[in-house]
Amino acid sequence: MFAYLVKRFFQAIAVMFVISLISFAIQDNLGDPLRELVGQSVSEEVRQQLRDELGLNDSFLKQYGRFAWNALHGDLGTSYFFKEPALTVILKKLPATLELVFGATLIIIGLSIPLGVYTAIRPNSLATRVIMGLSIIGISIPVFLTAILMIFLFAVELRMLPSYGRGDLVHLFGYWSTNFGSWDGLKHIFMPSLALASIMLPLFIRLIRSEMMETLESEYVKYAYAKGIAPRRIWFVHALKNTLLPVITVGGVQIGTMVAYTILTETVFQWPGMGFMFLEAVNRVDTPLIVAYLIVVGFIFVVTNTIVDLIYGLVNPTINLARMS
Amino acid sequence: MNSIAMDAPLTRWQRFKKSNLVYDFRRNPVAIVSFTIFLVIVLASVFAGLIAPFDPYDPRQLDIMNSELPPVWQSGGDDLFLFGTDAQGRDLWSAILYGTRISLIIGICAVALQAFIGISIGLVAGYVGGRTDNLLMRIADVQLSFSTLMVAIIFLAVSQAMFGTETFNKYALFMLVAVIGIAEWPQYARTVRATVLAEKKKEYVDAARVLGFGPLRIMLRHILPNSISPIFVISTVQVANAIISEASLSFLGLGMPVSQPSLGSLISSGFDYIFSGSWWITAIPGIILVVLVLVINLLGDWLRDVLNPKLYKG
Repeated sequence: MFAYLVKRFFQAIAVMFVISLISFAIQDNLGDPLRELVGQSVSEEVRQQLRDELGLNDSFLKQYGRFAWNALHGDLGTSYFFKEPALTVILKKLPATLELVFGATLIIIGLSIPLGVYTAIRPNSLATRVIMGLSIIGISIPVFLTAILMIFLFAVELRMLPSYGRGDLVHLFGYWSTNFGSWDGLKHIFMPSLALASIMLPLFIRLIRSEMMETLESEYVKYAYAKGIAPRRIWFVHALKNTLLPVITVGGVQIGTMVAYTILTETVFQWPGMGFMFLEAVNRVDTPLIVAYLIVVGFIFVVTNTIVDLIYGLVNPTINLARMS
Repeated sequence: MNSIAMDAPLTRWQRFKKSNLVYDFRRNPVAIVSFTIFLVIVLASVFAGLIAPFDPYDPRQLDIMNSELPPVWQSGGDDLFLFGTDAQGRDLWSAILYGTRISLIIGICAVALQAFIGISIGLVAGYVGGRTDNLLMRIADVQLSFSTLMVAIIFLAVSQAMFGTETFNKYALFMLVAVIGIAEWPQYARTVRATVLAEKKKEYVDAARVLGFGPLRIMLRHILPNSISPIFVISTVQVANAIISEASLSFLGLGMPVSQPSLGSLISSGFDYIFSGSWWITAIPGIILVVLVLVINLLGDWLRDVLNPKLYKG
């Protein structure tokens, strides 16, 4: 186990190293920091002097070393537009995105487990066919189209829900502001998180269904039936537990994917999160902010994947860790 | 082939007609309907130049006075424009025909690129084994752990900022194919590698080696045909995913430009007008996109049930 842990840790570091190299290459080639600093009305000599002072004429390795050192100390540069440290800007936007992911996760868990279990234990009922049919339609609709459809229906036609922004926020601990504290906030977060959930929901229903059907065929479930245990207890206590193992692995990886899809939902709903900020930064060619986003998101991906792998190793006693490492 | 026992050797086409695949297809209404719709969409987009009443790429045919006309069946619609017009006065029906073509081209080319890279790497990893295999599969794991959409968004956003919108728009099609193609190769590589590992031990491979065939020939002519059915199944799902990815990227403004719209960019250009009631600019391309992806997914599901390949799980 320990060897596996160490190997997994080194792999994570190697990936972060590659991400930092790519980020640095982008920073090196995208935009001109001098122009952002002094404008265009400065003579060539002063320019060269400034370049020397800023270390822009140093070798690639030296510059990368400085970049990596600063990044490790939490300094990812200063945003051209916000005139603030890029990391601070991103951390300010992070709660909005995380709340969106959290809301979507709640919806996914709340719907996919009952629906997945139901479609597995009643494979031939009409409701199952409807659910499976809807799930393949759900897979085929891009998330931004679901979002637009919902806006058109609930905001434009029925005027029931607001179509953009976060609404009233409740502040927690001075830093975190949450949507889950007020009715207005809940109304604002409902559509974006439902749209975000819609992309993963069919996948999870199908996954839980197929795993559940496989488990229900196994010997121990048949034995439990023979013993006379109530079917409800067999389904939700005995079978479901063993179904959730693959669900955890897939789920963990999907958290990373969801961060990508937040860019789409945030754009449609003008949700003031990281994804929306990233696209604005791209339009403004705000290089430090782009690079900081890249590193933060890469970090989120690497951390979730590593944790998922470790949990999988811990939860599943049959996995051969020695061979995997 | 020895054909003494048969009256006449069957041609490839005749053998295909007798296969399980065709037998099952004829008895599956969902498959028939999906395939028909898919064929209609493909043909309509291939012959877009003949069907479309206008050329959506020709700015001289645009008249701003015609902008935001509703479809024919609504009051205020014009007989000239079947599905109405967009905000620039472009005929939506023509734009959709050409847009579907772009979406299909990108989807199919991107998957062809994925398949080429993935199959080559999968074959090499499985056949050579050892350290090469280890390294390639580790890279595949890392690549898979990053969502395709994320990689594509960042790559396209950075290149757009770097080259400027004008240059970017010129090469948008190639960039989309390249980025979607490169990001998803591990799907193929893993499956092909799994089949290669299973097939490599069989006697016919030994026999081929004894006959003195080189590794390249053995890989391509002997082992690869055995992994055709999983490749087939993956490909259908991947085409559907690639079309969705392309639409999403174009929606974000990181794909096809408005002057040469795909279905995604059409939806995106209509989104700005949805609040003023011009729902058709978004809704009609949206419906076409969903129907296209849906029939491909249904065909993929059907293929998976019929061919029942051992797909790599995980």
